[in-house]
Amino acid sequence: MDGFFSMGGYAGFVWSAYGVTALVTIVLVLVARVDLATQRKRLAALEGEGARRRAPARPSKPLNQQP
Amino acid sequence: MSLSDRLVTPFAVVTSLLIGAGLWYALFNSPVDYQQGDSVRIMYVHVPSAWLGMMGYMIMAGASLVALVFRHPLADVAAKSAAPIGAAFCFLALVTGSLWGKPMWGTWWVWDARLTSMLILLFLYLGYIALWATIEEPQRAGRAAAVLALVGSINVPIVHYSVIWWNTLHQPASVFRADGPTIASAMLVPLALMALGFTGLFVTLLMVRMRAEILRRRVRALQLALGDQPAFGDQPTLGEM
Repeated sequence: MDGFFSMGGYAGFVWSAYGVTALVTIVLVLVARVDLATQRKRLAALEGEGARRRAPARPSKPLNQQP
Repeated sequence: MSLSDRLVTPFAVVTSLLIGAGLWYALFNSPVDYQQGDSVRIMYVHVPSAWLGMMGYMIMAGASLVALVFRHPLADVAAKSAAPIGAAFCFLALVTGSLWGKPMWGTWWVWDARLTSMLILLFLYLGYIALWATIEEPQRAGRAAAVLALVGSINVPIVHYSVIWWNTLHQPASVFRADGPTIASAMLVPLALMALGFTGLFVTLLMVRMRAEILRRRVRALQLALGDQPAFGDQPTLGEM
């Protein structure tokens, strides 16, 4: 196992290369997932707002005053 | 797009399996190089990253061409969504190449044709992403960015043939050659697994990013319809890069 971690003396280079690859890959996946969830939430909120505005019996605050 | 929604999970599973198997071979179950020792293991992340960095640009430029000629909105979305993924792989190719160059060549960086053209590829990606971020209206932004992507596509064959056209420190191709691969099959297995895994990752990410981009445009259209200012700049999300 020692040989595995030391990578024949190239540990710093090999593990840095795999480390930066893992890091960038994980960031790519997280950004894509968070963005998709954010857009879904914004769309749902806007669609709800649009439905409320079309129904004048139940007035609601304009979108730009909502939290 | 519901088809791509259903494809995301199976693609993610297959991608994980391919990369998992690839890592097993790359780190445990492949021989050391007779000259390079264990540093050769960097190849299994470096080479697939470089391929995907170039493939990403070809997807981006191809989609841009379709967007310009046929005005298909999905082509525009595909080009925009591919750019950050391709840029990330291009960046990885440069960083892992540097980490491989230091022990093998004795230098982190050299201005040879392959390395320089790859750096230009990264700058083209960044310019493309910046152009999208600068122009507010998606139709105008898309057209300007598509032209940039097409003009920049001249660099892709330059990256590919740089090792033949010029005398580079970087070695020439050893897998996709007219006379067949010159790399040992025990090294070809992890390389192929990692390349397929990275390709799967690219496709999966592209599907998710395209979905988010389509929703973002729907959000923008609804905001305009409701008489609100579209949230350009005031609610930046990382995905808008």
